[in-house]
Amino acid sequence: MKHVQLSAALVWLVAAGSPLAVQAADTSAAAQLAQWQTQAGAPASVERGKVFFAARHGGDLSCASCHGAPPTAPAKHASTGKSIDTLAPAFNPARFTDTAKVNKWFTRNCKDVLARECSAIEKADVLAYLASLKP
Amino acid sequence: MFIFSVPVSRLALCLPVLFAPLAQADGIPMPRTTLPKYTQECAACHMAYPPGLLPGASWQRIMKGLDKHYGTDAALDAASVQQISTWLQTNAATYKRVREEPPNDRITQATWFARKHREVAPEVWKRASIKSAANCMACHSGAEKGDYNDDNVRIPK
Repeated sequence: MKHVQLSAALVWLVAAGSPLAVQAADTSAAAQLAQWQTQAGAPASVERGKVFFAARHGGDLSCASCHGAPPTAPAKHASTGKSIDTLAPAFNPARFTDTAKVNKWFTRNCKDVLARECSAIEKADVLAYLASLKP
Repeated sequence: MFIFSVPVSRLALCLPVLFAPLAQADGIPMPRTTLPKYTQECAACHMAYPPGLLPGASWQRIMKGLDKHYGTDAALDAASVQQISTWLQTNAATYKRVREEPPNDRITQATWFARKHREVAPEVWKRASIKSAANCMACHSGAEKGDYNDDNVRIPK
C-alpha cells in the first residue's frame, strides 16, 4: 500500500512539474483492475461491481447518480447538473489513465456515496464492471 | 426628436456615466488569465464561479474546508489547494456590494444576489432545467465568462 501511495505521489510531482507530462498516461483500466485485485487478494466480480455501482449504500447517492446507468454516455452531476464525461473506458479512452486522478476521485466519491473510503475489492469489482461494458 | 438635438459631444460625455455602473453590476468578468488548475479541479463538478463573486475571506474558508464542501468531499492535494487559493485571493471581490461575506460563504445567500433575483419565484429555482440558484449557467449562458447582463438572461422552462 505504502509503495503504491509513494509511486502515486511521485507520478503526481513529476506531472505537476512538467506541463508536457500532465497528459501522459501512467495507468490504464486494466492496470487499475489488476492492482486492486492484487491488493484485495481475491478475484474481482463484474456482477458484484454492477450491483455496487447502482446501490445507494444507505445514503441518497449511488455511483450511477452522477455517472449514469450504465455509465456508457455522458451524464450529469446529481446536484449541480454539470456534464460529466462518460466513465466506461471503452467509451472514453481518457478514463483511468492518470493514477493521481483515479485515486482522488475514488477517495472523494466513495466518501460521498458510502461515507467512507472504498475497499480494494470494491474498487476491483467496479473496475471489472466498467471494463465489461463494450460498445 | 428632442434627443437628436443634443450635441454629439454631450452625448459622448453622458455615455460612460450611464453605462459604467451597469457594467460593474452585471459583469463580473473572469480574470484575464484563468488558472488552468481552477478550471480543472473546481469546474469538474460545478461552473467556474468568477472569483470576484466572493470576498477573499470567504474563498479562504472554502479552500480550508474542501473535505466538507457544501455537502460533498472535494478534498485536494496541498499543492493544488495552495495554488488555487493564491489565485482566488488575487482575484477576489473588492467591489463594494460584493465585499460582504455572505452567510455560509454562499454566493446565493448574499444580499446583492437576493436583490438581483427578487423577481424569480421560488418554484422557478427548483425546475429540473435549473436545479438550484447555484447553477448560474441555466439562465446566464455567459456566466463563466462573467456575463450576467439582464438582456442575455433566458430562464428555461
